[in-house]
Amino acid sequence: MNTTMTLGGHFTYFVTIFLMVAGLFIVIARGNLIKKLIGLGIFQTSVYLLYIAPGKLVGGTAPILSDAFTVYSSPLPHVLILTAIVVGVATLALGLALTVRIREAYDSIEEDEILNMDAVPSRQEQA
Amino acid sequence: MSLAQHLPALQVVIPLLAAPLTVLLRHRTLAFAVALLASWTAFAISITLWLQVDASGTISYAIGNWPPPWGIEYRVDPLSSFMLVLVSGMASVVLPYCRSSIEDEVPQQQHYLFYTMFVLCLTGLLGISITGDAFNIFVFLEISSLATYVLIALGRDRRALVASYQYLIMGTIGATFIVIGIGLLYLMTGTLNIADMGQRLAAVQGTRPVLAALAFLTVGISLKLALFPLHQWLPNAYTYAPSAVSAFLAATATKVAVYVLLRFYFSVFGQSQVFGQLPMQEAMLLLALAGMFAASATAIFQSDLKRLFAYSSVGQIGYIILGLSFDSVSGLTATILHLFNHGITKGAIFMLLGLVALVMGGTSLSRVQGLGKRMPLTSFGMVICGLSLIGVPGTAGFISKWYLLLAALEQGQWWLVFLILLSSLLAVAYVWRFVEAAYFREPRQDVDANATVPWSMGVPTALLVAATVYFGLSTGFTVGSASQAATFLMGAR
Amino acid sequence: MFTADDAILAALLVPVLGAIGIALAHRWPNLREGITLTTAVALLACVLNILPSVLAGARPTATLFSVLPGLEIAFEVEPLGMLFALVASGLWIVNSIYSIGYMRGNNEAHQTRFFVCFALALSATMGIAFSGNLFTLFLFYEVLTLITYPLVTHHGTEKARQGGRVYLGLLMGTSVVFLLPALVFIWYLTGTTDFTAGGILADKLSPAGLMGLLALCMFGIGKAALMPFHKWLPAAMVAPTPVSALLHAVAVVKAGVFSVVKVIVYIFGLDTLGVNGTTDWLILLAGFTIVSASVVALGADNLKRRLAYSTISQLSYVVMAAALLAPLSVVGATLHIAAHALGKITLFFAAGAIYTAAHKTEVSQLDGIGRRMPWTMGAFAIGALSMIGLPPAAGFVSKWYMLSGAMASEQWLAVGVIALSTLLNAGYFLPIIYRAFFVTPAHDEHDHPHGEAPLPMVIALTATAAGTVLLFFVPDVPLALAKQMLGLGG
Repeated sequence: MNTTMTLGGHFTYFVTIFLMVAGLFIVIARGNLIKKLIGLGIFQTSVYLLYIAPGKLVGGTAPILSDAFTVYSSPLPHVLILTAIVVGVATLALGLALTVRIREAYDSIEEDEILNMDAVPSRQEQA
Repeated sequence: MSLAQHLPALQVVIPLLAAPLTVLLRHRTLAFAVALLASWTAFAISITLWLQVDASGTISYAIGNWPPPWGIEYRVDPLSSFMLVLVSGMASVVLPYCRSSIEDEVPQQQHYLFYTMFVLCLTGLLGISITGDAFNIFVFLEISSLATYVLIALGRDRRALVASYQYLIMGTIGATFIVIGIGLLYLMTGTLNIADMGQRLAAVQGTRPVLAALAFLTVGISLKLALFPLHQWLPNAYTYAPSAVSAFLAATATKVAVYVLLRFYFSVFGQSQVFGQLPMQEAMLLLALAGMFAASATAIFQSDLKRLFAYSSVGQIGYIILGLSFDSVSGLTATILHLFNHGITKGAIFMLLGLVALVMGGTSLSRVQGLGKRMPLTSFGMVICGLSLIGVPGTAGFISKWYLLLAALEQGQWWLVFLILLSSLLAVAYVWRFVEAAYFREPRQDVDANATVPWSMGVPTALLVAATVYFGLSTGFTVGSASQAATFLMGAR
Repeated sequence: MFTADDAILAALLVPVLGAIGIALAHRWPNLREGITLTTAVALLACVLNILPSVLAGARPTATLFSVLPGLEIAFEVEPLGMLFALVASGLWIVNSIYSIGYMRGNNEAHQTRFFVCFALALSATMGIAFSGNLFTLFLFYEVLTLITYPLVTHHGTEKARQGGRVYLGLLMGTSVVFLLPALVFIWYLTGTTDFTAGGILADKLSPAGLMGLLALCMFGIGKAALMPFHKWLPAAMVAPTPVSALLHAVAVVKAGVFSVVKVIVYIFGLDTLGVNGTTDWLILLAGFTIVSASVVALGADNLKRRLAYSTISQLSYVVMAAALLAPLSVVGATLHIAAHALGKITLFFAAGAIYTAAHKTEVSQLDGIGRRMPWTMGAFAIGALSMIGLPPAAGFVSKWYMLSGAMASEQWLAVGVIALSTLLNAGYFLPIIYRAFFVTPAHDEHDHPHGEAPLPMVIALTATAAGTVLLFFVPDVPLALAKQMLGLGG
């Protein structure tokens, strides 16, 4: 009884952790630049969930003042996460723009190929 | 309501407004003028704020007149005012330098965008230093970071793009960790105002979410401040960015990250929690020492000067964190002092390297041969700044080292004293690589014999080099502010 | 009114102004050399200005500013510093005359840089001599290391670079790793680093702590060439000979032993150290350095190398005599700073003269050279006598005091070391003189007829040789200063 309650009650946290780890794993394990950005996006999404889920109080209603209700869900996390989402979007846009430029400069968006190409010119640079 | 009362807000708003203005103006000289005006005004404001805080203590400013802790509060205390002066001062010195520096390194049609990003970065850094709201720190952190990624990507070499991307990935992970930490703290205390959070945390001290928050915050901020071994992004970023950007970043970006760490550790968690509950002291000590030695040793073997001094920065950040690990007022004074001293020294070095890149066509050790003959003043400046990195008396670096040694001696840690000094010898080794290349070799034949250094680049550089010596001899401002800030932080709880 | 206090700052400023003048006169060598000489004379005048006050018992002071609370750049002239400054400024004039001859005789490059660095090095030396606290001394000590680096690596060759690395590495290394923590610790312990009669560490540390701190200071003052940190001296021989003369007589090594004596007398205090044999290990180490350096000198064929190791040995005389803590031996140590300076500079002048005139650098090549270069080898002989410690050379007087002090405090090991090293000194100096005058050289196709060295060089070495003899007959001023330092009166 208790375990189900705990599992059920903490469902959102499990999802959060799963997304967090999955996102980080993608960033580290995948060599394609766009996939890394996707992983980053997933990682950031987990954080949104971390903030928003606890904001919903059990038995709480939407945060609009009314005499009929005494418990309201907190609107603050939503505000914070809107900001965070915007930041995430900007980061994603910048990352994609960089990827486009890297594609133009290197003709590839695979990390290992790019690193290989970079290893050679270091001797040219010394000249 | 006079203007003077709104200074804390104006500190951030003025550079922020300058950003869209420069975009709209499109013309590069006008954009430069706007950016310059904005940063000089910001500098003037920061000095005024510093004087006010020095005279009458912490200033609290409520944005939009919403009282804290419900509204966002800007809080200027001894530590923040010191950081504001450092950041806006560096921007004011680097911007005049930018004008000619980016002629050479950034395509002309992008110049106005360069100034936009610069001013946005400045906004972000100033905002971090002045805000009293935890989530606000995150927002400004990301503003400055995103602007930084763009600035780095503007470098000439295509590797600047890769460096910027790498920094973007690592920096965003770091920022997200920070936000997780803030989130956990918010969940436990119900507030985002730093001062309020600090008070409410006393009731939930030692609980697991709070400790987890501490861990997330530490790792996230460590990524931003390039604490060994989370420093991987720094060498590439500093090497391939335009010289002016390297100068500005080296002096401010990591320093502001240290500020964030101090702010969270002392104003939110409180000394007893941070150092009592988790083995923070040992961890920081080990990582700091590792950074000092590993990074300084790596620096010795680099063949490009920008890369060499980038690794040197990682080592010097080790010193900064070492001061923190002492958990004493002297140690904290050493940390805050070195933020400033290393900032001006490294800023000067990267500006000098920009001059070298302009005249000699690059900054590799082979290009720098014979610099003593070709650019005697620049070489001399590099030697002075190198001496500051080593910690020779008469330079700013010596003063920080003095306090670091004092902090170690106060705790009777003689072995640590010797380790600190041995790592200074590593600095001698890598500075001397430059000296030998510059003074013992003949200049190369393929160097442009007619390239000269424009005044707009030479004067700010000379100013910073002079500052490196000045603050080594006249320490009233730096040591006074640092010890005041340290006492204030340690006294908080 | 130009007081003695003003003269202190003037003494620091005059060489700097001279350096600027020398740099500006780059294109006119004669004017440039004239500026060097004028500056040197002006410096001596400033120093002489302070002498009467100090002899009368006054202690002129000057404070510049405070770097950190309790840490000021401050100056105070006491007898030991007065002596050092006299020796340095007096010998600079002679060294400049010699340098002019040497640089022109050997057609050296970068002469302006040479004379500029020289002048600045002298300013740093004055800073060390007049320092009023350990912090000021440390500051100017580091400046001296840095400003002599371009002098040591003057030739810019690969060998010069390597020599420079050893020089800088050892000197900077020892001062940063040992002397700096000692300085911070002293400040932390006592709140000050001022040089005070009787020392500032009385009752502050346990005997073991005192010994440790003393070790840090002694090893930290690398310029005193105490083993095992002595290698920088032979490494610095790669420099042109006027630089070696400067290093071995005027500035660097004397700064080293001066700092040693100053720290022992004014930071630790003779009485504080006198308990529990805190300096016994130092006597042993210095004694070992004296003997082993002399042994190496015996086997060295390169003349400058032999002189370098002789210097290492002679410096440890001063260290050992100071470590004996007996008043007489400390007087001897102080006198030896002057005596060795005059004697060694003569020897180096002679070595440089031989190189310039005859292009010879090895001892084995010096047969019969006394006939061709009588003035040079005559001066060499006097310098050698001073090293051995025989009358009528100044070295005799200082050695006498050192021996008396050792015997008075019944330190028979020290007596033995002094006696043994005297014999060794004779062993590696007398044969040179004998062979130079009394042995006919084997015929050598490469030998070309040569005469004496250029006139400026001969003037210089005759002057210092004469000074060495003069100091034997009239040791009044150095003796008075030495005695006053210890409060012995008269």
